[in-house]
Amino acid sequence: MANSAAPAGPLYVRIVYWWHVLRGTRAMRYTSLLVHRLTGKPLVISIPSLWLLLFFIIPFIIVLKISFAESRIAMPPYSPLWEWVSGTMLQIKLTIANYAFLFEDALYTNAYINSLKIAGISTILCLLLGYPMAYGMARSKPSTRNILLLLVVLPFWTSFLLRVYAWIGLLKNNGVINNILISLGIIDEPIVMMQTDFAVYLGIVYSYLPFMILPLYSTLEKMDLTLLEAAADLGCRPTKAFLKITLPLSLPGIVAGCMLVFIPAVGEYVIPALLGGPDTLMIGRVLWDEFFANRDWPVASAVAIAMLLLLVVPIMIFQYTQGREMRAHK
Amino acid sequence: MMGKRSVFLLCALVVGFTFLYVPILSMVVFSFNASKLVTVWDAYNSPTLKWYVTMLANEQLLDAAKLSITIAAMNATGAVVLGTIAGLVLARFGHFRGRTFLSGITSAPLVMPEVITGLSLLLLFVTMESVLGWPAGRGITTITIAHMTFSMAYVTVIVQSRLSTFDESLEEAAMDLGAHPGKVFFVITLPIIMPAILSGWLLSFTLSWDDLVISSFVSGPGSTTLPMLIFSKVKLGVNPEVNALATVLVAIVSVGVLFAAWYMRRQERVRDRDIQMAVAANE
Repeated sequence: MANSAAPAGPLYVRIVYWWHVLRGTRAMRYTSLLVHRLTGKPLVISIPSLWLLLFFIIPFIIVLKISFAESRIAMPPYSPLWEWVSGTMLQIKLTIANYAFLFEDALYTNAYINSLKIAGISTILCLLLGYPMAYGMARSKPSTRNILLLLVVLPFWTSFLLRVYAWIGLLKNNGVINNILISLGIIDEPIVMMQTDFAVYLGIVYSYLPFMILPLYSTLEKMDLTLLEAAADLGCRPTKAFLKITLPLSLPGIVAGCMLVFIPAVGEYVIPALLGGPDTLMIGRVLWDEFFANRDWPVASAVAIAMLLLLVVPIMIFQYTQGREMRAHK
Repeated sequence: MMGKRSVFLLCALVVGFTFLYVPILSMVVFSFNASKLVTVWDAYNSPTLKWYVTMLANEQLLDAAKLSITIAAMNATGAVVLGTIAGLVLARFGHFRGRTFLSGITSAPLVMPEVITGLSLLLLFVTMESVLGWPAGRGITTITIAHMTFSMAYVTVIVQSRLSTFDESLEEAAMDLGAHPGKVFFVITLPIIMPAILSGWLLSFTLSWDDLVISSFVSGPGSTTLPMLIFSKVKLGVNPEVNALATVLVAIVSVGVLFAAWYMRRQERVRDRDIQMAVAANE
């Protein structure tokens, strides 16, 4: 009688009533707000973040860990870093022998220096060839521009491996270039081009050229041409105008293009493996052989970590320009 | 002075595009060569289609191609979902804790040398298998996961730059009219970024279809993808079947890209005409 507010009647009516009463309380409102907060933006943010954490960041930590392990013949072929000795004592074994090995053996140091040299020279060659092309594209008629852009992108969509392979047919001793030169009577003996550093440079410049052209083109195309007209009106010579106006304005494109070529080229495996000779040492190839031929996972990991340390600065520069590009869009 | 410059630029374009296309064209031409030496033209029996016939009869090759298509399609679909979410978060969620971290790790896979990514993912899978018991062995699953991780970076960049070219007023209008954020995404945002998502899907498909290095690290016995098979053949020198295969692939890609370009141009024309008609109707 006293509790007249609570409805009498079937059970489900009472449940619904109390549910409504409960929902009105402050505790319940906070709870539902919390659930909403957690399933809204944070949930959306966490999906790609967790994926990349698991499959991009943690793998590097594991590589770092294994680079301090010892190689052994077992599966997995490396020693554990920590072990429980007689159940109570935790024994941690770290070895820097793998890194010491990298410094002792001239093979690795040479491979690092050679990779940086090959990647650096190829990047400059890409820039020298790609800049005039991007400039020519950006200054042509809009309809031609689209066709040219399509022509740059098209090889990018066809297989990278097959495009590198195509050079074997051109460069080998009885390949297309030598056959043409011999039949024209320019040379008598075939020129050895395959399995040389020359072939590797050619392969890298060829494969990475679109990565250089595209960022250059997009900065050159956006450029305000009235600046050049103003310079010409004020009596500035075209060469000077190029050096003072066009070149500085296209600098973000130059940096992005160079990083897109240089960083992957340092670790390139396919091109030196197919076009280079046995003495074309590149670090990506050394890592591959250490892993697949020697099955030495700890040394391969140490090679990877050392390569990553070399590339940290270029990667940071790349990310900085990427971030600025995105902000400039807004 | 202008004349000289135009001549120089024209020369650069001619030389550059010749350089880009001569190797591909030579591969196509010599795929019709009857000689097993590939680059020595056999004038009596050529052109011939015999390498295409042997290629199509090669079971191993067809199996590898099927496996590669399966992985590429799964990868592209997964990468598009993850990359769209990441692109949306970076373009629309303003500043939140961990934004720098997320934008950093979404652009790093773009330039990371493949040998490093491949090795690190393999070591992760081995560790996970010994600790969690999953993934059991390596094969399609591990290759797909590895491909998704670097493909999503490309999708993120594409979606993010598409989102930054149109302003938020449409989405804000829908929100003001009381639409739920989820509904705003599916009804307003998704249709606008659809072209970006489609090109992201195609790019992810190609990246996966093309990948040799990362697949080699994370594949297991019995999961040989097409690039891995091609690489094992090509290491021994030129191979007429590979030329035939390359020609087929180049043809498919060219037709696809040309069709996409034509379609996009038509869409643009239709839109321009609609805008003109709308303007005319208002006057």
